[in-house]
Amino acid sequence: MTAKIPEVKAKVKPTKPWAPTTRERAVDIGAILLAILGTFIAVGLSELKGKLAYAGVFLLLIISINFIQNYLRSGIAAAKDSIASTFAVAGVLVTLLPIVSILYAIFERGKTGLKFNLFTSDMKLNGPNDPLNQGGLLHALVGSGIMVTIALLISLPIGILTAIYLTEIKGLLTRPIKFLVQSMSGVPSIVAGLFILSAIVFPITKTPSGLMGGFALAILMIPTIARTSEEVLLLIPEDLREAGVALGGTQWRTISQIVVPAAKSGLITAVILGVARVAGETAPLVLVSGGGDAVNLNPAAGPMGSFPFYIWKSFTFGTPESIARAWAGIFILLLLIFALFITARLLGGDRNKK
Amino acid sequence: MTIAPNRSTSLPARRELSNKPRLSDRVFRGVATGGGLSSLVILGLIFIFLANQGYQVLKSEGFGFITGSNWLVVQDNAGITDLAASEFGIAAMLVGTLLCATIAVIIAIPISVLCALYLTFYAPEVIKRIMVALIDLMAAFPSILFGMWGFFVLMPHAEYWARLLHKYFGWLPFFKMDVDIFERSPFVAGVVLATMIIPIITSISREIFSQTPLDRIQAAYALGSTRWAMIKAVVIPYGRSGVVGGAMLGLGRAMGETVAVYTVLNLVYQINWQVLIGAGGNMASMILLKFGEAGPTEIQALMAAGLALFILTLIVNSIANIIVSKTGSKGR
Amino acid sequence: MTNSTEKETTPSSLSSVAAAAASKKKQSTGAQGVGLEARGIHAWFGDKLVLEDISLDFWSGTVTALIGPSGCGKSTFIRTLNRMHEFIPGAAMAGEVLLNGRDVYESGTDVTKIRLKVGMVFQKPNPFPSMTIADNVLAGLKLAQLKVPNKDDLLEECLLRAGLWSEVKDRLSAYGGSLSGGQQQRLCIARSLAVRPEILLMDEPCSALDPGSTLRIEETISELSSSMTIIIVTHNMQQAARVSDYTGFFLSDGGPGQLVEVGATSDIFSRPKDIRTENYVTGRFG
Repeated sequence: MTAKIPEVKAKVKPTKPWAPTTRERAVDIGAILLAILGTFIAVGLSELKGKLAYAGVFLLLIISINFIQNYLRSGIAAAKDSIASTFAVAGVLVTLLPIVSILYAIFERGKTGLKFNLFTSDMKLNGPNDPLNQGGLLHALVGSGIMVTIALLISLPIGILTAIYLTEIKGLLTRPIKFLVQSMSGVPSIVAGLFILSAIVFPITKTPSGLMGGFALAILMIPTIARTSEEVLLLIPEDLREAGVALGGTQWRTISQIVVPAAKSGLITAVILGVARVAGETAPLVLVSGGGDAVNLNPAAGPMGSFPFYIWKSFTFGTPESIARAWAGIFILLLLIFALFITARLLGGDRNKK
Repeated sequence: MTIAPNRSTSLPARRELSNKPRLSDRVFRGVATGGGLSSLVILGLIFIFLANQGYQVLKSEGFGFITGSNWLVVQDNAGITDLAASEFGIAAMLVGTLLCATIAVIIAIPISVLCALYLTFYAPEVIKRIMVALIDLMAAFPSILFGMWGFFVLMPHAEYWARLLHKYFGWLPFFKMDVDIFERSPFVAGVVLATMIIPIITSISREIFSQTPLDRIQAAYALGSTRWAMIKAVVIPYGRSGVVGGAMLGLGRAMGETVAVYTVLNLVYQINWQVLIGAGGNMASMILLKFGEAGPTEIQALMAAGLALFILTLIVNSIANIIVSKTGSKGR
Repeated sequence: MTNSTEKETTPSSLSSVAAAAASKKKQSTGAQGVGLEARGIHAWFGDKLVLEDISLDFWSGTVTALIGPSGCGKSTFIRTLNRMHEFIPGAAMAGEVLLNGRDVYESGTDVTKIRLKVGMVFQKPNPFPSMTIADNVLAGLKLAQLKVPNKDDLLEECLLRAGLWSEVKDRLSAYGGSLSGGQQQRLCIARSLAVRPEILLMDEPCSALDPGSTLRIEETISELSSSMTIIIVTHNMQQAARVSDYTGFFLSDGGPGQLVEVGATSDIFSRPKDIRTENYVTGRFG
C-alpha cells in the first residue's frame, strides 16, 4: 500500500450551531426585561405589594411571554417546553435562596462576635451575657474535638468493617445488613442521646460526661462512614481482588494490603464526611455531655462543653450579647465543616483523576 | 431425545470443589461479619434499652400512651411522682410531628424535583457542579443553624406568608384562624423543615433521574420530542417511585428533627390540625423541652416517647429505602 | 464523490450477494433526486476530531449502507444528520446537512421538526417500557403534539409496514417490553414511521438480534425503501450487500474517520476503486 501524502486542506473550525445565537439570547433577555417592566407596572397599579407579589407577578409574566413567543414560533409543544424550563429555573432559584440567605446571615451576624479571645479563653468565669471581648469557646473547641475523636475511634473500625462485610464478604446477611445500615442513618439524633442515657448514663456512670457525648455521636457516625466506605470500596475494580487471590494471597491479605490501601483516599473522605455530619449535632449532646463551661480534658469525668452546646446555650439565653456569641460560634463551626468538605472534595477529586 | 450410547451408562461423579478458607481468612471473615452485624446489634439495643426504661410508663398507660393527649405529672407531698395518677399520652405530639413533617414535604417536593430536573437535564456543566456542591454543603448544615436562621431570618417572612395564606385561603378548614397571631405555628416549623429536607430530596431525585436509561431518552428526542415532553414520557415514569422514596426519607428526617423545630414552634400540648395557629408539637423537641426539669418517672415517660419516635422513623425510613433501592436497581 | 445512478449486475466473485439483491429490487428503486445531502461534515468530541470532511448524497427511495470497522465514525456521522450529535457534552461540528435543500443546522431551525422528518432506529431496541404496544407506536404523536384524524388506521398502517401487525394485533394493549428482541426492534421501526419521516436512519439495527429476527428486519427495510430514504449503519457486510443500493466505506487510520469510497453497492463489493475498500470487503482486515 502506498503512503499517500494527504492534501493540505483549509482548517475547518469546530462550531456549535445548536448553541443559542446572539439573537435568541437577545430575545430571552428582552423577555426578562419586559417581564420586569410589566411586574413593576402591575404591582404599582394594583393592590398587590411585597416581595412575594413581585416574584409572583414576574413568574406569571415571564411564563406568558415565553409561552406566546414559543407558540408563535414553533407551536404548542415548544410553548409547553418553555413553561417547564421556566419552572425548573425557578426551582433552582428557590433552592438557592435559603442557602444564600443562611450563608449571608452567618457572615453578617457572626462577624461582630468574632474576637480573638474566643480561641484563648473559656466561659468558666463569664456568663453568655458578658461583653464579647470576655470569655470564649476554647472549651467548646476542645470538647468537640475530644468527643468527635472518641466517636471516630469507635465508628471508624465498625463502619469500615461493615463496609468490608457488605462489599468483600458478601454473605447471606449482606442485603439485610445493607438495609439496616440505611435504616440506622435515619435514627433521630435525640434518640441516640436517649439511648446512651438509658444504656450507660443511668445504669452505670450516673453522670454525664464527654465520653457519653462521644458514644452518642458514634451511633450517628457509624452509618455515614459505613455507607460512604461501601461506595468507595465498590469502586475498586474486581480484577485487583482477583489478582491478589491469584497470587496466592489470603482474602485477609488481599483486602488489607491491596483493596484498602487502594481505597485509602476514599476512606479518608468517608471519615471526613462522617465528622462533618456529627460535628454540629446538638440534641444528643444537650442530653448526655453535661455541657460544661470550662476546658475539660478528661472525657471520663465532669461535664464537657462542645460547639453545638455553646451555641445552644448562648442562643437560648436570649440577650443580644449571647446571641452574637451564638452566631460567632456557628460561624466558626461552619468554617470547620466547610474546611472538612473542601478537603473531602479535593481527596475525592484526586481519586477520580487517577 | 436420544441419548448417546456411551453416555447412558454413568456420568462421572461430581468432584467437590473445596473452597475452604484458611484459618486467617476465617478469623477475618468472622471479624468483618461481627462489624457488619453491629448495626443490627445497635438498633436492637436501642429498642431494648428504651423499652426497658419506658416499660413501667407504657404498662401503666397502656394504649392510652398513643391515644391520650395529656401530659400531666402528679406528685405526692414528698415529691415522688404518682405514676397511676399521672397521665402520659403522646397523641398531641404525634399529630404535631406528622403535621410539621407533612407540611415540609409538601413544600419541598415540587421545589426539589424541579431543581433536580434542572440540574440533570438543563444546567450547563459549570452551574451544575457549583449547585451540586452547594446542595451537598447545605445537607451538612447542622440543624441548630437551621434553627437559628429559621428563628431570626425566616420566621418574619414565614409569618407574612401565613397571613397571606389565611387571607386568600382562610375558607379552607386547616387555614382557619380565629386570632390574629401567626407566630411560631406548625406552618412556620414546616417551612424551616422544608429548607432542611430540600437538599436531601433534591440529591436523591437527581441521582435517580440521572440513571434514566440513555437509550430511552434518545428514542424520545429522535421522535421529535421537546425536552419537557421527553421528561414527561421517559424520566417521570422511570423516576417517580424513586422520588417518592426520597420524599419519604425527607419525611423521616423531618419527623426526627429536634432543635430546628424547638426554636420556631410554640409547643402546646393539644391536638391541633390547624397549621397557622401558634400551637403545635414535635416529639423530639418535646423530649428536649421536658427533659431539663423532668423527675425520674417523667424521664421514663420521655424514654417511652423516644421509643415511639424511634419506631416511627424506622418504619418510614425502611419503606423509603426499599422504594429507593428498588428504583435504583430497576435498570433498564 | 458522486453516486452512479445506474446499476449493473456483474456476477463477480465477491459480490454475488450484492448483485443478486440489486437485480431483485431493480424495479422498486426509482431514484427521484437527492433526499438528504451531507456537505463537508466534520465532528468533534471535545478537542478530538472524529470525522473529517464527509460529503455524501442520499437519494430518495434508496437504501444507503455505511460500512467500516468500529470506531470509524459511522454512527457519529448519521447522528449529525438528525442532530442527535449535539447531546454529547463537548460535541461540535462543521459542515452542512441539507434536507430538501435547507440546512438543518441553520440558526432558527426548530430541531424537533428536523427529527420528525429524519427518524432514527437505534442499535438496541428501546421501546418505552411504561407504554403499551399501541402507545409506543403512537408515542411520537404525543411527544411532538401532532394531531391525526384516525389513530387506529395509523397504528395498523405503521405496524403493517414494520411487519409486526400480524404478530401483535391481538395484544395491542400489552406492554412493549413483553415482546421479543426482534419484535421490539420492529416496534421501534413502527414508532419511527408513525410521524411519517422522509428519511430513516438505522444505527446497526440488527446487531443485538438473532439471525431470524435480522432477516425479518431486512425484509422490512426492503419494503420501506420504496417510499423513503433509508440510511443504515452496519458492521455486517453481507447485510450491506443484501439490503442496500449504495454503500459508503468509512475508515479511520487512528485519526478522524473519513469516507474512503462510496458507490453502488454492487460496485463497492465487486470493483472497489480504493485498495483499502477492497481489503476490507474481502475480509483482509476489520
